Amino acid sequence: MSGHPSTYEPKYAATKWLDHRLPIIRMGADFMTFPSPRNLNYWYTFGGILTLCLVSQIITGIILAMHYVPHTELAFESVQRIRRDVPFGWLLQPMHAVGASMFFFAVYVHMFRGLYYGSYKAPREVLWIIGCLIYLVMMATGFLGYTLPWGQMSFWGATVITGFFGAVPVVGESLQQWLLGGYAVDNATLNRFFALHYLLPFVIAALVGVHVWALHHVGQNNPIGITPKTKKDTLSFHPYYTVKDAFAVVVFLLIFAFFLFYQPDALGHADNYIEADALKTPPHIVPEWYFLPFYAILRAVPDKLAGILLMLGAIAVLFVLPWLDTSKVRSMRFRPVARGFFWIFLFFCFILGWCGAETPDNMVPFLSVGDKGLNFTWLSRIATFYYFAYFVIILPILGLVEKPKDRPESITKAILGDSSHGAAVPAE
Amino acid sequence: MSDTQVTDAHGEAIDDDKRDFIFIATGAAAAAGAVSLGWPLVAQMGKAADTLAAGSIEINLANVAEGQQLKMLWRGVPVFVRHRTPAEIAEAENTDISKCPDPQTDNERLVAKPDGTIDPRFLVMVGVCTHFGCIPVGEAGDYDGWYCPCHGSHYDTSGRIRKGPAPKNMTIPDYEYISDTVIKVG
Repeated sequence: MSGHPSTYEPKYAATKWLDHRLPIIRMGADFMTFPSPRNLNYWYTFGGILTLCLVSQIITGIILAMHYVPHTELAFESVQRIRRDVPFGWLLQPMHAVGASMFFFAVYVHMFRGLYYGSYKAPREVLWIIGCLIYLVMMATGFLGYTLPWGQMSFWGATVITGFFGAVPVVGESLQQWLLGGYAVDNATLNRFFALHYLLPFVIAALVGVHVWALHHVGQNNPIGITPKTKKDTLSFHPYYTVKDAFAVVVFLLIFAFFLFYQPDALGHADNYIEADALKTPPHIVPEWYFLPFYAILRAVPDKLAGILLMLGAIAVLFVLPWLDTSKVRSMRFRPVARGFFWIFLFFCFILGWCGAETPDNMVPFLSVGDKGLNFTWLSRIATFYYFAYFVIILPILGLVEKPKDRPESITKAILGDSSHGAAVPAE
Repeated sequence: MSDTQVTDAHGEAIDDDKRDFIFIATGAAAAAGAVSLGWPLVAQMGKAADTLAAGSIEINLANVAEGQQLKMLWRGVPVFVRHRTPAEIAEAENTDISKCPDPQTDNERLVAKPDGTIDPRFLVMVGVCTHFGCIPVGEAGDYDGWYCPCHGSHYDTSGRIRKGPAPKNMTIPDYEYISDTVIKVG
């Protein structure tokens, strides 16, 4: 699996016997000693954090499935029963719901990390694309899971999202009704959503396996984007990065625990405590926070099909990013101009999230006086334009015209400086 | 290839054409089998017989007072029965439909009774926004008809889309008058 020569030596007769037949201990040992760039910072701990999130979601999810009833008459009640009556249900259900938010928080940090340090560039294109696939399946899983508690937001969110398929020319309506299993979101829909919500996390787990495989084949990127040249440029994964990851996990769990124990509903929506009602749409439908930027892009255009295509395009553009960014320099540390545009990009992603949470016709505070000025529709149009411009205009052109800063020869030189001779220890 | 005949381990001549045929025939049979087995796996997700059967409801229009709107659940979606006021009817009829995104006259959106007359008071339609399926709020919006809170589509007093992202007028379901005051939807 890994691309470095194996150093594992089986010590006992039994492990030698097993190593001949199935070198599974060797695989684990090679994984633990994988040479990682010595300059990885804390932004590189989110892979480990995400693995933890996936495991936590699968475990709590399987437990919830033991108590949940996927039926329109009983689903809402069964979730409330889990929270009130099932032993430790008060802990496990919010752990799953808050966990979904934490999972997306971590994946966004992980993705922006990749964008900043150029982790999508050769030879990591396939690694990046698998990551995008994981994100896509995560979005599907998150959406399906949000439907299950059968609250008002669950129901109407499902109605709006499945409505996207209705916009497909000619076959749209048949396709939508095939997905729903009826004329509208109903029991058939809830049942299949539950089945698929149970399935997809295992698809994610498989994709994560391939993601890590690709990572170990090409090696990790690092904050300066210079490929390790000698053994001195790397450190063994264990204990150096297992300990670093563990510390990051502890800090991450502190944030997780804050939401779990003090604000379990802060990341959700109050309307989801009202049971689904097919006759009444909530006055203001919003998706979960992690979908808000895409929701804003969807609403930025007045045309149904165009809105959907633009929203899908916002994700699709990530898949082709390795070929849109023409710069050979990976890390933004050495790209002063691109770095500025990156921070503006991040800023507009937050703006899109804000727009997605607001009513389109409302005026933007500070940027409007009374009816005059900017409303949220126009703000989301500006932000949507920048979102796409960053990928299809700015990055392709910058790579050709920007003059990058001088890069160090190696990771060791970057850390210890040119005067030093590698192994020097700072005098103190 | 050479002219010399290729033979198998038993010294028998190999007939390449025959082998190709067997190969293609086997593949075709396997593909047909996969498709015929695959289809049920896909089709099971469609509407079940009981879903299709729960098809029609009867509504007594006499129970709907002027200015009132009845909301009935039909096939999992709401049906609006609106008893329109004379002002609303006039507004619906006197609209310049050439400017509508989905032009339809008010009469085209009503169903005639068996005797051929049209009662413009009762507007019957599927109360689902043609954008993403939310339920519009009545007596609201810039055209005094319906307003969809989800993405801001405005419908007029005939249920026609006038402003906003929805592409079409609200749908008129299949219905008929089975007496002077009772309709059957579906």
